[in-house]
Amino acid sequence: MSAVGVTKSTLLKDLRMEWRSKDAINSMLFFSLLVVVIFSFAFNPTAEQSRLIAGGLIWVAFLFAAVVALNQTWARELRNQVLDAYRVSPAPPNALFLAKVLGNFLFVVVLEALMAPLFVVFYQLRSVGPVWQLVVIALLGTWALVVNGTFFAALSIRTRSREIMLPLILFPISIPALLAMVDATTSILTGESSPDFWIKLLLVYDVIFTAVCLLLFESVLNAE
Amino acid sequence: MVGDNGAGKSTLLRVVAGLMQPSQGSVTLLGAGTAREVAHRIGYMGHAPLLYDELDGMENLRYFAGLYGLQDDGIGRDAMRTVGLDPDLERRVGQYSQGMRQRLSLARAVLHNPELMLLDEPFSNVDVHSARDMAAVLGRVRDRGKTIFVVTHQSALMEQVADEFVHMAEGKIVSRERVRQVQMSAGSGAGGER
Repeated sequence: MSAVGVTKSTLLKDLRMEWRSKDAINSMLFFSLLVVVIFSFAFNPTAEQSRLIAGGLIWVAFLFAAVVALNQTWARELRNQVLDAYRVSPAPPNALFLAKVLGNFLFVVVLEALMAPLFVVFYQLRSVGPVWQLVVIALLGTWALVVNGTFFAALSIRTRSREIMLPLILFPISIPALLAMVDATTSILTGESSPDFWIKLLLVYDVIFTAVCLLLFESVLNAE
Repeated sequence: MVGDNGAGKSTLLRVVAGLMQPSQGSVTLLGAGTAREVAHRIGYMGHAPLLYDELDGMENLRYFAGLYGLQDDGIGRDAMRTVGLDPDLERRVGQYSQGMRQRLSLARAVLHNPELMLLDEPFSNVDVHSARDMAAVLGRVRDRGKTIFVVTHQSALMEQVADEFVHMAEGKIVSRERVRQVQMSAGSGAGGER
């Protein structure tokens, strides 16, 4: 089977398993919901203040929520040591990585789509800049989080405290992407500056880190 | 391959399967320097079942068959029948008994009709009846001209099937006991005298 075929079948298998267990999506949803509600009541910001802080709040909430899904990604493969069955097969390692990234991307995008209306309501948000750019930022930013997150989750699966290890490695390396996502979102919500530079930065970040992760994943998969 | 706990049997099997790197020396497998080059010719059954609990038997086999480029559902159904499982059983693997898991794990290992099979404790946690059935399945696979390495504590189960017992201790092969004349031609009977 081609790499595309293996990617597709692995992705469908993961989606089927998630549909049955709903482990990742439920955890992410409740975590994000708590962040939205608690911050809203804790700070009770005005519409003007919301526009200034919403970018940071939204992306930090999604970053933390994504970590929940990322930890689940490889936990499934470790149960019953199923990962060994993949490793002894002739299937390309990168097909597994891409399937995991695409699966996590879908989970986080679904989460964002569900949570976005709540953010708008609770923080009285309205966009001053073009809304379609928010969609571009969300897609590029989510890819940046999940591609690194999936890679570092794989890197930490054989460590004893992998739930702690993942954020420790992932958050520092995600800072440039997070900065771009927050500033680009704030630019659009306030209309004070153009988000173009940040969008380009996100694009470059995505290309570089996707390439590096694809290059290194086979070594990570076969590390004992 | 028999030996006490910690003798290095499973480690040797994992090294041969390409799941571990040898600390020294090298492995040549079916003429190749790495297991990956001949992965489609090897079947591996680990100590753990290597199956997804959330999927049913056929869903598991369908996915793993895909990794070997096999799309035909009939292959998975045949593999399940070979090990005595019902391919129409829609129960998830998480609800299987230990014996059924081991059988399905064996079905996964034979799915792509490998020339060489590496089986790590295939009879562990399996009742005597199921273990005998599985040993008989291995005998039939061997009779089709396949090579099977079995790591087991229950060597008595393999007495009617094995061609050779390899004894290991402290990471080394300490003795080899040939018990049967190997007949290489596919389709021949078990043959030979003990």
